[in-house]
Amino acid sequence: MKQETLTELNSERAARRPVIVVTDIAGGAQRLVKAADFAADPLHAELDKHLRMNKSAMIEVDGKKFFLTVHAPVARLLITGAVHISQALAPLATSLDYDVTVVDPRTAFASPERFPNIPLIAEWPDTALPPLNVDRYTAFVALTHDPKIDDPALLHALSRECFYIGALGSRKTHAKRLERLKAQGAKEADLARIHAPIGLNIGAISPAEIAVAIMAEITAELRLPKVQAVKENAA
Amino acid sequence: MLNRDDDILKTAEAWKKAGHGVALATVMETWGSAPRPTGSHLVINDEGTFQGSVSGGCVEGAVVTEALDVISSGEPKMLEFGVADETAWNVGLSCGGTIRVFVEKVG
Repeated sequence: MKQETLTELNSERAARRPVIVVTDIAGGAQRLVKAADFAADPLHAELDKHLRMNKSAMIEVDGKKFFLTVHAPVARLLITGAVHISQALAPLATSLDYDVTVVDPRTAFASPERFPNIPLIAEWPDTALPPLNVDRYTAFVALTHDPKIDDPALLHALSRECFYIGALGSRKTHAKRLERLKAQGAKEADLARIHAPIGLNIGAISPAEIAVAIMAEITAELRLPKVQAVKENAA
Repeated sequence: MLNRDDDILKTAEAWKKAGHGVALATVMETWGSAPRPTGSHLVINDEGTFQGSVSGGCVEGAVVTEALDVISSGEPKMLEFGVADETAWNVGLSCGGTIRVFVEKVG
């Protein structure tokens, strides 16, 4: 690998931008494909698939072998609400290799005793979220049931194009939430991206089971092809 | 957090900037039970210092030796390690898998 390639690779990784190193096995030639160049790349379909699965692999195209070294940013999970479900969700997400942060201005909730080894920010979302550089490799979940905390955080997550956005609450609660967010200027198309009621429907009852349902939905969003999104764009 | 290679590539860059000869080893193919997934890196410098892992400890010694060769020759190598009876405990994968490791010079 050329030293310039390595330097460029490290700077893309530091900026949390996905990047793939393509090595031609026959000749050893190497190139770096940055996120912005994926769409125009001749190996586009393969790059997309392997990035989504975050899996480096040997591929064969037209009889030529290439090795793809996939560098996807570490996925993050941002939770508002240091609540009971979060106590189950945070360690679960950590075990799945997510970088987890919990935000809740209510210090009685956001206490280290309740969240051992989980980064906690006992601030309002307006203060807590902007420095976190929320990005498209971040999943966001709103779990407080309190619009004063969840709503501004949801608007922030929408503006940063989180790959997953979910909010706790029944259909009725969510309908009211959508009205409030719309009144604050949120677009219909953005609001449609919010998963609510949150989580896959697996009949979850306990906080721990709800955490599993949420994590399952986040995993699906991260790994499955965006067929629907592609169709919508084409239409 | 076994699948986080962040520091390894930063180390490779830092060694290179400090004037070291550096080689990068990458797991390119695995068959059967392999301890580290494809794409895992090990970096080695010309003093034989290494960071990262391509096999969880089984074949690192051999990879480092080959890497020193690659650093001096500049020619990349594709190495293959599998289980081979008594050598399995020596240089090989005791878990019974086979891996192919690409070793290339940085620079």
